[in-house]
Amino acid sequence: MSTAGFNSQNGTGTGQTYANGPSQNPVALQQLPGVSYGMTHQPSYNPMPAKAPPPTGPGLYPSAPYQPVPPVSSYQPGPQITSYPSSPGQPLLPRPPLSGPPSHTPPQSASPSPGPRMPPAQATPPPPAVSSSSYYPSPQQPMAPAWQYNTAPPPMGPPTSISTPPRGPVANHVNPAASLAEPLPPSSAPYSTAPPPRVSQSVTQPPGPGMPPTSMLGYTQPGTAPPPMNPMVPNTYQPGRPAYGPPPTGPSPIGPPPIMKPTPPPTGPPVANTTPPPPKGDAQCGGAVNSTVPPTESDGQEGDIECPGAVAGNGPQASNSYNHVDNKMAGLAQPGPPGRHLGHYPSLPPGYQNASAPHGTSSMHPAMQAAMQPYTQAPQPYQQPPGGPGPAQLSPSLAAMSLQSSTPEALRVVNLLQERNLLPPTPVPAPTPCLPQDLQKINCNPEVFRCTLTSIPQTQSLLNKAKMPLGLLLHPFKDLSQLPVVTSSTIVRCRSCRTYINPFVSFLDQRRWKCNLCYRVNDVPEEFMYNPVSRSYGEPHKRPEVQNATIEFIAPSEYMLRPPQPAVYLFVLDVSHNAVETGYLNVFCQSLLDNINALPGDSRTKVGFITFDSTIHFYNLQEGLSQPQMLIVSDIEDIFLPTPDSLLVNLNECKELVQDLLKSLPTLFGKTMETQSALGSALQAAFKLLSPTGGRMSVFQTQLPNLGVGALQSREDPNQRASAKDIQHLSPATDFYKKLALDCSGQQVAVDLFLLSAQYCDLASLGCISRYSAGSVYYYPSYHHQHSPAQVERFQKDLKRYLTRKIGFEAVMRIRCTKGLSIHTFHGNFFVRSTDLLSLPNVNPDAGFAVQMSIEDNLDDMQVVSFQAALLYTSSKGERRIRVHTLCLPVVSSLSDIFSGADVQAMTGLLACMAVDRSVTASLSDARDAMTNAAIDSLTSYRQSVLTIQQPGLLAPACLRLFPLYILALLKQKAFRTGTSTRLDDRVFAMCQLKYQPLFYAMLMIHPALYRVDDLTDEGALNINERTIPQPRVLQLSVEKLSREGAFLMDTGTVMYLWIGRNCHPNFLTQVLGVPNYAAVPENLYLLPELDTAESQRTRAFVCWLRDQRPFYPSLHVIRDESQLKANFMQNMIEDRTASALSYYEFLLHLQQQISK
Amino acid sequence: MECEFLSVCFYIAIILFLQIIAFDELKTDYKNPIDQCNTLNPTVEKVKKIKRVKIALKLVLPEYLIHFFFCVMFFCAAEWLTLCLNLPLLAYHVWRYMSRPVMSCPGLYDPTTIMNADILAYCQKEGWCKLAFYLLSFFYYLYGMIYVLVSS
Repeated sequence: MSTAGFNSQNGTGTGQTYANGPSQNPVALQQLPGVSYGMTHQPSYNPMPAKAPPPTGPGLYPSAPYQPVPPVSSYQPGPQITSYPSSPGQPLLPRPPLSGPPSHTPPQSASPSPGPRMPPAQATPPPPAVSSSSYYPSPQQPMAPAWQYNTAPPPMGPPTSISTPPRGPVANHVNPAASLAEPLPPSSAPYSTAPPPRVSQSVTQPPGPGMPPTSMLGYTQPGTAPPPMNPMVPNTYQPGRPAYGPPPTGPSPIGPPPIMKPTPPPTGPPVANTTPPPPKGDAQCGGAVNSTVPPTESDGQEGDIECPGAVAGNGPQASNSYNHVDNKMAGLAQPGPPGRHLGHYPSLPPGYQNASAPHGTSSMHPAMQAAMQPYTQAPQPYQQPPGGPGPAQLSPSLAAMSLQSSTPEALRVVNLLQERNLLPPTPVPAPTPCLPQDLQKINCNPEVFRCTLTSIPQTQSLLNKAKMPLGLLLHPFKDLSQLPVVTSSTIVRCRSCRTYINPFVSFLDQRRWKCNLCYRVNDVPEEFMYNPVSRSYGEPHKRPEVQNATIEFIAPSEYMLRPPQPAVYLFVLDVSHNAVETGYLNVFCQSLLDNINALPGDSRTKVGFITFDSTIHFYNLQEGLSQPQMLIVSDIEDIFLPTPDSLLVNLNECKELVQDLLKSLPTLFGKTMETQSALGSALQAAFKLLSPTGGRMSVFQTQLPNLGVGALQSREDPNQRASAKDIQHLSPATDFYKKLALDCSGQQVAVDLFLLSAQYCDLASLGCISRYSAGSVYYYPSYHHQHSPAQVERFQKDLKRYLTRKIGFEAVMRIRCTKGLSIHTFHGNFFVRSTDLLSLPNVNPDAGFAVQMSIEDNLDDMQVVSFQAALLYTSSKGERRIRVHTLCLPVVSSLSDIFSGADVQAMTGLLACMAVDRSVTASLSDARDAMTNAAIDSLTSYRQSVLTIQQPGLLAPACLRLFPLYILALLKQKAFRTGTSTRLDDRVFAMCQLKYQPLFYAMLMIHPALYRVDDLTDEGALNINERTIPQPRVLQLSVEKLSREGAFLMDTGTVMYLWIGRNCHPNFLTQVLGVPNYAAVPENLYLLPELDTAESQRTRAFVCWLRDQRPFYPSLHVIRDESQLKANFMQNMIEDRTASALSYYEFLLHLQQQISK
Repeated sequence: MECEFLSVCFYIAIILFLQIIAFDELKTDYKNPIDQCNTLNPTVEKVKKIKRVKIALKLVLPEYLIHFFFCVMFFCAAEWLTLCLNLPLLAYHVWRYMSRPVMSCPGLYDPTTIMNADILAYCQKEGWCKLAFYLLSFFYYLYGMIYVLVSS
């Protein structure tokens, strides 16, 4: 985040703001169902897994002896044991053996004389080892589900497992919850008091494993496990391991082992800590900042952690999380026979999925969930071994090491010319990075953060050789069902690069951590030593910040430039004759009336309205007026605000006036004959109105603005649509909208554009207003309230979502990456304020971003690199929050590894963004060539550099087998197609969407899904919320897959087509469509009748489920052979030949020809 | 002769202009985000950013104009060789200005795309190349001037 700026503010004396911030926060938090944090706790267990993996080592250390070892056995063997002692590093850990005080001593002494100590340690370890083995499985699983894979959340689902077993544990958890409260008091109240408690804790803990509160058991045990933190560490130490092994915790790959030795002292620190508890609130938070803002960070406050489950939007599950955890805990607590556990868990580990899947995560995104499952479970299809359950644990190392010997599935050679059925029956899963399992488990959800190459090449030249684009795809503000939220007076960040502490940092010892982006060694602040989740002291690596790759902080006042702004919504409505004709005002006013109480905001929320035709109309809604007062400004050349104070009013105080206005608005302009539209002036007026506060401006426009500033002319020649050699006018005609957008961005105003027009509106120019102010664009071509009911329905649903979805104000997003990598270009809607900082006046959960990366320095000595996206925003409740996502990826040095890690969907998404840029700056044909070349280049590179045996045919690695298909799909996408009549606005809108949509939705636009729906069965169906959702397989987009006897559903993201074959089974017609025969299918059917038949229910459940997967509402069109829309349907058959484009097979032949040149 | 003298003076100015632009870009855009615990208010920073681009724009246009003015002077003084050396750059300037992004005001740089790594790199490279060209021609003119002074 832009750390910048805070100080200045501080200086300016925004003292009050702070008061707000901090004080509010606590309150809010408490209100929130404390909840959730439970989940995050689990992290504490990781430690164990962490250990385990290290041995396996990420292939880098080929020497590693472990690989051969079978999975299970691998753990118990040496490493573990050795590792055990290491734990001593952490005071608590060794509890059983070292019990009590001794624990402290050992560590200290350890440094000097590790050898001697070890023996005893080892001796003791055995017991732990056994138990530990049993734990292993468990730890893994808890972690994963956590919120991390949000989609998967449900495990604990509401239904919750409160069943008997959990209870015991529940109690435990309750404690934590309670504990939260308890610890807080001290902190919140007299800060001074706080220290004492800590001391006591620390003291008590040593003794033990015993842990003070009984409840703690659950936690402690896991906790005791070896220091989790060092995930990355792995191999470095191996040599030393026997001796110091344990301490390894510290070890960052880079960290020289020697350092470690010194580290042992760390153990000392804990002791030290106990005594000096009160130590200052460290300066960690960016020295400058702290100094300026002394008050806020009283040392006493430790971070209280809470998890307002609600945060994520659908938060219901959150509460459950506790229970869920509890269950796990219960399991853990019993040091049951390892065997049993193993048997049970293995299936889970990989996955975040299992548990979740079945339970169906409530309402969240079932879709996503579905999607997710594949990731985890599915490694089988493409993935390297890592995925597999049992072997999973070992797999990473194996996979990496054994590459040469056996080709992983991802690299299996596929001859595209021979294998036709390449599409997997389910949505294509994201590949899993080839990381040690413990890291992989806590890695960022691919739905949120994804990289085109899950194995990062060491050098730019290697990347150039692979000829694949390197970039990130983000969906940073995605609605998450479970999101850990941390409140802390000091947010721990690297002092030099300002990276937020994350699961991939390494702890050198208890008091120091090494940044994983810049490798600076930082101090662990005193407050961070206390873990509010487990109420333990001295385990910084178990804090939620270090256990979750996605986390949200409630930001203290240093992160505010001004008091957090209230939620402000301004609606700018076109009321010209054309607009009234379309009838959108009715729908808009009704939707707003319905949702007026659901607008995100607090008691300060403000709303305002402006309407315009050839003049600008303002509405005075001042409290006390008996009815809204309309003020007309006809001087559009020099716009001014008639009564600046009363145009934006507090929603709560003036709700009745607002409602009055909304009720009268549609009729107010019923008779208007004004056909001109002064959009430019209206926007200027709106900007003036919003600039003091910032906020969101929603603009509804139905025609080409043709009056005053920003007037545009029609640039499209309809006759040229199909024949033009190259498409003109993709770039804006004027920079008026862009400049205005930049002004808006500076004042924290975002502009969302709703375009409802039958004629050309020059979206290329108008769109700039949203593009640079981080707004969003909605386009409803040919909207009419009577003639296009499907559009009306879509508009209604979209509006509902738009009005009620989460929103973040005055946001900035900074993307950091490991030294050596740098950001090349951003794609999406925003203004780039500096090389790595995006200015986002508003951020919404449906916005996606793409980032092209380049490798500036060689990454030779690194095993992994990390990317961190931090989004600082003001919530609608006036809280300043920071959402941080961290992604960790392995670095590889061979081309085959790079290819095996390619993420074909992400590559397609990134290429689409790049192609949009190219077609605007250069030309469409350039962009098309570039895309084709991308496919040719990467396959050529694969053939030349990776393939050892040259065979005839078009060869591709399995992970890239869909690449040519996706490229062809892009070429035939509305945005890039040529030769087919495409309206310019449609094309431009498709381009906007490709850049702005999160990958998951963009992929549907690019490659629609086709299902056969006349024979849906319950076989393999999902069961979500008691509803059975059939899962037909995805068909290839070729007419050959259609049959006259069937009915097919095509899902293109924003539109669904249900194509009815001429000889469709009458059963389907009557049972689902409710018509007697084919001829009776109405021409404009856009709703499936709600019939009480099994077939109808299945079909509707399936359609509904598809719709629930995305934030916008796809309209459904039932089409027959004669329908006008049939052309649209057929255009999506991208594998077929059309008059102007190649078929898939021809395209492959073309590629092959180019490659073999 | 006076012509050469003039050019010396003007080129100093131009060189300064260019240096400012180049270094400004370097400093502010490639500045290591490290230590950005600083305090720049984002809005301020943003305004500054736009202003900076505007300054660059203000510098670029004068540069073009001065260069054009020289070419005219060389033409008048019948310095054909010197003129030939400068024509390519003149042509480049014309082309560059013709192909600038859509803008309502004069200028070359678009604040929304300037941060694109390719464009930024291009602008910088362009700046350095021109700087080198101006420096070389500066010495060439200096030599010409002295030669004229001595020989007369």
